[in-house]
Amino acid sequence: MHSRDAIVAEIPRLRRYAHALLGEANRADDLVQDTLERALSRWRLWQPLGGQGTPRAWLFAIMHNLFINQLKAGKAIDYRPDDEVPDLPTRPTQEDALGLRDLTRALATLPGDQREILLLIGLEELSYQEAAKVLGVPLGTVMSRLSRARARLRGVLDEEAGGGILKVIK
Amino acid sequence: MNSQSIPKPIGEDDLHAQADNRLAGPRRAEVDDWLASHAQEAGQVAAWRAQNALLHRAFDNILESPLPARLVDASRPRRSANHWSWRMAAVVAWLALGGVAGYWLRGDSGLAPDSRSLASLPRQAAIAHAVYTPEVRHPVEVGAEQEAHLSAWLSKRLGAPLKPPHLETAGYALVGGRLLPGEGGGAVAQFMYQSANGQRLTLYVRNDASGSRETAFRTAQEGGIRVFYWLDGRFGYALSGETAAFTSAELLRVATLVYRQINP
Repeated sequence: MHSRDAIVAEIPRLRRYAHALLGEANRADDLVQDTLERALSRWRLWQPLGGQGTPRAWLFAIMHNLFINQLKAGKAIDYRPDDEVPDLPTRPTQEDALGLRDLTRALATLPGDQREILLLIGLEELSYQEAAKVLGVPLGTVMSRLSRARARLRGVLDEEAGGGILKVIK
Repeated sequence: MNSQSIPKPIGEDDLHAQADNRLAGPRRAEVDDWLASHAQEAGQVAAWRAQNALLHRAFDNILESPLPARLVDASRPRRSANHWSWRMAAVVAWLALGGVAGYWLRGDSGLAPDSRSLASLPRQAAIAHAVYTPEVRHPVEVGAEQEAHLSAWLSKRLGAPLKPPHLETAGYALVGGRLLPGEGGGAVAQFMYQSANGQRLTLYVRNDASGSRETAFRTAQEGGIRVFYWLDGRFGYALSGETAAFTSAELLRVATLVYRQINP
């Protein structure tokens, strides 16, 4: 079945996004699994809408809704970086490993909506219009939220690079 | 737009778009020129680019890692044959017991099935709605992708031809259906529908086995659930949705569509 293959093809990207969003592999895969199950029960709805192209934006939108529900239920607020687990084979140098640990820690300090936009644009490379559709917000909100998220991430990373001395982030 | 004569001012959105490689050729060149004389903004764009690169370095390896079996399973049709037939066997066994008990009870008490009051219909439907609609993983026993099978199975169990109405024109896709125990050991069918934004409706169908009766639409509210119900021929129907999500008018619109499909 065409649409199911198209959904399967998106699993790696859904996992990458969920992992970055939640910080921990098991919970990320739980979110992916819920997304897939919901998508399968609704793929008839996707087919007539976007028969062409990939269901990527649609799947991200489903995942976004599930993530938002988790936030509301208070489940996903505690972002858990699993940096204790040395499972990232692509870390080439010690310096790089430190940078990545800083990154997951910094991501953990972002509010959920800022983390989402930062990752949809910066990691998943969705267009601003696609991101607006996925998140169900106007384009202007995407831009302002992205701006806040990038400023905040930059502030936190600078602060960590500066030896962890507490600075006021504007 | 006279963009040749007066260039559009460079705004923050342009800087983000530059960092994300989202600008078309001419505009990109303009922004690049502008950045050459604005060191602070150029530094910002460079920092954002570095953030994107860092995100890729941190998480791209997940793209290459093997998929966990549970995710591959989750992307298959809802139920494997084994799992499904096991569940069906359990339900059939349960119903067989219930049917026998119901038969004996009926014999003892002399109660005709007719005496089941219509009033119990919305309550039963609302309970079934409340139990199954929150399910994320297993909202139905047989998914919409096996619709022919779903139809045949439920028709057999309810003892009369039954097909799930199609409500796509109203914005609701069939999720699937399940078999439920009714009062007195009868079988009841529940079809579940879902809108694009995840709102769920259920249609509860009970075989009232009393020949052809017909009633007008009636409404009830049970807890936070709004129910439209009616009798038509040998079936009693109840369409349920959460009061918070469905106005009477919306539910009536869908109920009318259901009614028209049953009585073409």
